[in-house]
Amino acid sequence: MTEALLEVTDLKKHYPVRAGVLRRQVGTVHAVDGVSFAVGVGETLGLVGESGCGKSTVARSVLRLVEPTSGQIRLEGEDITHLSKTALRPHRRSMQIVFQDPFASLNPRMTAGDIVGEPLAVHGLAAGKELEARVARLFEQVGLRPDQMGSFPHQFSGGQRQRICIARALALEPRLIVCDEPVSALDVSIQAQVINLLIDLQRQHGFSYLFIAHDLAVVAHISHRVAVMYLGRIVEIADKDELFRNPRHPYTQALLASVPIANPLAKKLAPLVDGDVPSPVNPPSGCAFHTRCRFAMDRCKTERPALLEAGDGHRVACLLNEGTGRSQ
Amino acid sequence: MTNKSDLVLDVKNLKTVFFTNSGLFKAVDDVSFTVRRGETLAIVGESGCGKSVTALSLMRLVPDPPGRIVGGSVTLEGTDLLALDEAQMRAVRGNRISMIFQEPMTSLNPVMRIGDQIVEAVRLHRNLSNKEAQNIAVEMLRLVRIPEPARRAREYPHQLSGGMRQRAMIAMALACRPALLIADEPTTALDVTIQAQILALILDLQKELGTGLVLITHDLGVVAQTAQRVIVMYAGRKVEEASVEALFAAPKHPYTRGLMASIPAVPASGVAAPARLNEIPGTVPSLVRLPKGCAFAPRCKLAIKRCEAEYPPLADWGGGHLAACWRAEEVAEVA
Repeated sequence: MTEALLEVTDLKKHYPVRAGVLRRQVGTVHAVDGVSFAVGVGETLGLVGESGCGKSTVARSVLRLVEPTSGQIRLEGEDITHLSKTALRPHRRSMQIVFQDPFASLNPRMTAGDIVGEPLAVHGLAAGKELEARVARLFEQVGLRPDQMGSFPHQFSGGQRQRICIARALALEPRLIVCDEPVSALDVSIQAQVINLLIDLQRQHGFSYLFIAHDLAVVAHISHRVAVMYLGRIVEIADKDELFRNPRHPYTQALLASVPIANPLAKKLAPLVDGDVPSPVNPPSGCAFHTRCRFAMDRCKTERPALLEAGDGHRVACLLNEGTGRSQ
Repeated sequence: MTNKSDLVLDVKNLKTVFFTNSGLFKAVDDVSFTVRRGETLAIVGESGCGKSVTALSLMRLVPDPPGRIVGGSVTLEGTDLLALDEAQMRAVRGNRISMIFQEPMTSLNPVMRIGDQIVEAVRLHRNLSNKEAQNIAVEMLRLVRIPEPARRAREYPHQLSGGMRQRAMIAMALACRPALLIADEPTTALDVTIQAQILALILDLQKELGTGLVLITHDLGVVAQTAQRVIVMYAGRKVEEASVEALFAAPKHPYTRGLMASIPAVPASGVAAPARLNEIPGTVPSLVRLPKGCAFAPRCKLAIKRCEAEYPPLADWGGGHLAACWRAEEVAEVA
């Protein structure tokens, strides 16, 4: 991997659970519970997991949209974990986000052109004719026509709205774009258009993506490396090819086996896990996956496996894979 | 297999329209299909293609106004459902034909115990005491593999997880042993590991009970793994129909081909750099201003003059593989 653009170290985000008349704290949601990863320059790191695994909380913490409970976030070498709002502002330019629902993340009373131009105006980078010209260029970059700048969000289709969101994120020429389920709300044929756009833009501009999705196939397509999360922790992280060819964590294996393959002659769907994801309020002791794991041993109930090297940048948090790292 | 008594559902030339302020639109336009006992028919398409309105039409649940079924017939076990009055339809709905929806939380009554909701459905159609119906409810919950069914029957929907709620919905839908089950995106709101569990469950129960199944989905992976026959819909019309093997081996309609090419696949052995997907340009047309000819023509690489002028008929390309395209023969040759 090249130099790291974003480095996250032991990130934790806990939410108190309050109940009763006195709103006393009765528990803690371990939304993110010790997550570390790095995203290189020009790289796409995919973050997959099922609902409630903490992937969106990681995304929001990285942008400081939620305040992490502990841990460290370094962007381009600088620690931004505790910067004040004013000190953070210049860094905000280098990191942008594209949300899942392009219907909810655009102000319905602003024109598409104003929405895309707003970040430029807020940061005082352009005004008047110059602003208009830059917005027009951004529209072209994402495959919209500049004459649509005066239209309002409701006049666009879902896919076009997501293009507006992407144009807005591009406006400040960021180094990192966090994509939180950017295509899950779109139809299959439109989804492909947006994924292609994201890939093309990265090739042109060389920025990095932290790409969050629950759809393994989408993540596999766009990412260079993939991290799998379960109940607030990363259980496996590796290069894309390595992860899909050689999944080592039982949860990753179960996830892959659960994806229905679009080929009627392929191996039939085999659910490798029973039951539901446990509550993050009282996550299981030891390895959080032991309640659903086919290979669970007694040790798994008490010992929490660390994310250990298993060869070639492939890291796994599973007691079965302990000491299987190839020294090369 | 061609035994006539095997036929559970026979839909002919179904037409459902909506009257709106911006004009009349044909949500379902001349759609025909059949389902046999124990067979799974998948209806696949993108949002607005009419697949859900087709399902609601079968159940006679299209909101009127603005919608209305204006033509065709829906024959379930020999009875034309469209000819029944509302009281007769109520005796069929939930009894011989039932439906499960995408979002189980909005289809369950939040202030009624799970068991009681099943009891209500059962007693509506069968002359049973409360005690007997309660036993059936618990039995159904066991059948859908909910652990501790007797205890779960006394719980409320919010106490169940998403997967459990969908299981409870399935239990309710199957409680009267319907001849036909319609599942409208039953796993779309669920996580992938739970989706695999629910799909496996639906298929097991279908085999066990011999129910005909209409599965509505946008996910071609789900189609490939579950269905025997497939209908592809686009802008309210059936554009292709085939056995699942034939459809995936050689799609005849350019839209089907485009859909298959645009889904990213989990790599078996990977490509190093992120690769572009094949995309279908443009967007789904508005149903109010449909073009005169083929609705897919504006997005189609193969479109010729004729496509814009005339709607292509559904032609049989052998072995019951139907496709509505003027250039279906050439689809396989063009990548």
